[in-house]
Amino acid sequence: MLAKRIIPCLDVADGRVKKGVNFVNLTDVGDPVEIAAEYQKQGADELVFLDISATNEKRKTMIDVVEQVSKQVFMPLTIGGGVTSVEDIQKLLKAGADKVAINSAAVNDPDLITEGAKKFGNQCIVVAIDVKYDPESKQYFVYTHGGQQKTDIEAISWAKEVVKKGAGELLVTGMDQDGTKDGFNISLYQQLGEAVKVPIIASGGAGKLSDFSDVFLQANVDGALAASVFHYGELTIDDVKSYLKQKGVVVR
Amino acid sequence: MFAIVDYDTGNTLNLKKALNYLNIENKLTADPDEILNADAVILPGVGAFEAAVDALKERNLIEVLKKAAQEKHPFLGICLGMQLLFEDSEEYGLNKGLDLIPGHVKAIPENGELKVPQMGWNENQVAADSPFKVANEEYTYFVHSYYASCAPKYVVADVDYGIKIPSIVQNENVVGMQFHPEKSGQVGLNLLNQFQEMVKTNDFSRN
Repeated sequence: MLAKRIIPCLDVADGRVKKGVNFVNLTDVGDPVEIAAEYQKQGADELVFLDISATNEKRKTMIDVVEQVSKQVFMPLTIGGGVTSVEDIQKLLKAGADKVAINSAAVNDPDLITEGAKKFGNQCIVVAIDVKYDPESKQYFVYTHGGQQKTDIEAISWAKEVVKKGAGELLVTGMDQDGTKDGFNISLYQQLGEAVKVPIIASGGAGKLSDFSDVFLQANVDGALAASVFHYGELTIDDVKSYLKQKGVVVR
Repeated sequence: MFAIVDYDTGNTLNLKKALNYLNIENKLTADPDEILNADAVILPGVGAFEAAVDALKERNLIEVLKKAAQEKHPFLGICLGMQLLFEDSEEYGLNKGLDLIPGHVKAIPENGELKVPQMGWNENQVAADSPFKVANEEYTYFVHSYYASCAPKYVVADVDYGIKIPSIVQNENVVGMQFHPEKSGQVGLNLLNQFQEMVKTNDFSRN
């Protein structure tokens, strides 16, 4: 059986990991290679690196980061943040990324999804979607630019649309939950799981062990992404996997 | 030296990085002499079957690869490179492969629950007589929509994805891995090391 994936997400700016990752045994808390190697050892199934550099000039250092990490860490790497063109995708794949996540650019230029999928295969095109609930219309809406700009795009139909355009995987962040540690937005992922047939990675809200089993047992998602609970050592990947096993979720 | 066949397919560099990490001397090459004189030939591959066959044809590599395998050079196909070892594939019409292992490449059947492609980590069941036992009950990383359908005697390991999908196949000196050993953490590295061991000792027997 295919295992459910547990995915730590690392924010990178200027070639350094931001939002302090504080494992006890790290000698350099900002070094992407050392942190990635540590997560590999802990049993992470995949890593997501999000480039939060403010300028294009600084983004170039991300290529370096991917090159360095992929020389020493042998698991799937997804890179996102500021990807706007087929050339961006190509550079990241060439540097060693396995998948590239497109977010705002997919909204601004949906054909980028198709172009990327045709050129490199659907499997390496991840569309990242930031989603917020609108209580008035009782619908989810897509946000862009790191969640700062609201669009009038309804999220579930957008998910279907990007899959039609060639997305091989969806990384969907529930913004209402993000940072709350109150659990994933189960109803969002239930709707998505019924709407599309590509792998879905749930993101936003992971705080305790049962949050992971809830999302896997109640919605058809393939992976769960988290940042701070892992970075600050509140939970280890091993804790999460042991717990999931007990609950009957297949993990590696 | 291991020759990694260079025919403009994606992600060859990650395979190279894994071999470098293991201190296995290797070279990306499309040169027939280099391929035929290498200690082992590795055929990587990502993408569509027909495009890969065309790319090999363009570089006049089809006969070279067949010759290498027939002359009993150690040969490892990875992912699409493994699928190319078979007689043919039904991906976008029927296309001929290298015909080094009897069998056919077919689409993973779509059913209600399973997503295609299979993307992620799946658990190998390895035949007891295989030199690749190091992967038994271990997970490796898969990304594929097609699978090899062949006689059980060529199946060294398989995974459960609604149907049994061969994950390692072998016909004497010709080995194929459907997953990406270069993306499968320590288990993947162990498998590449095991292949190197078989190359060194020139022992591809099952016992």
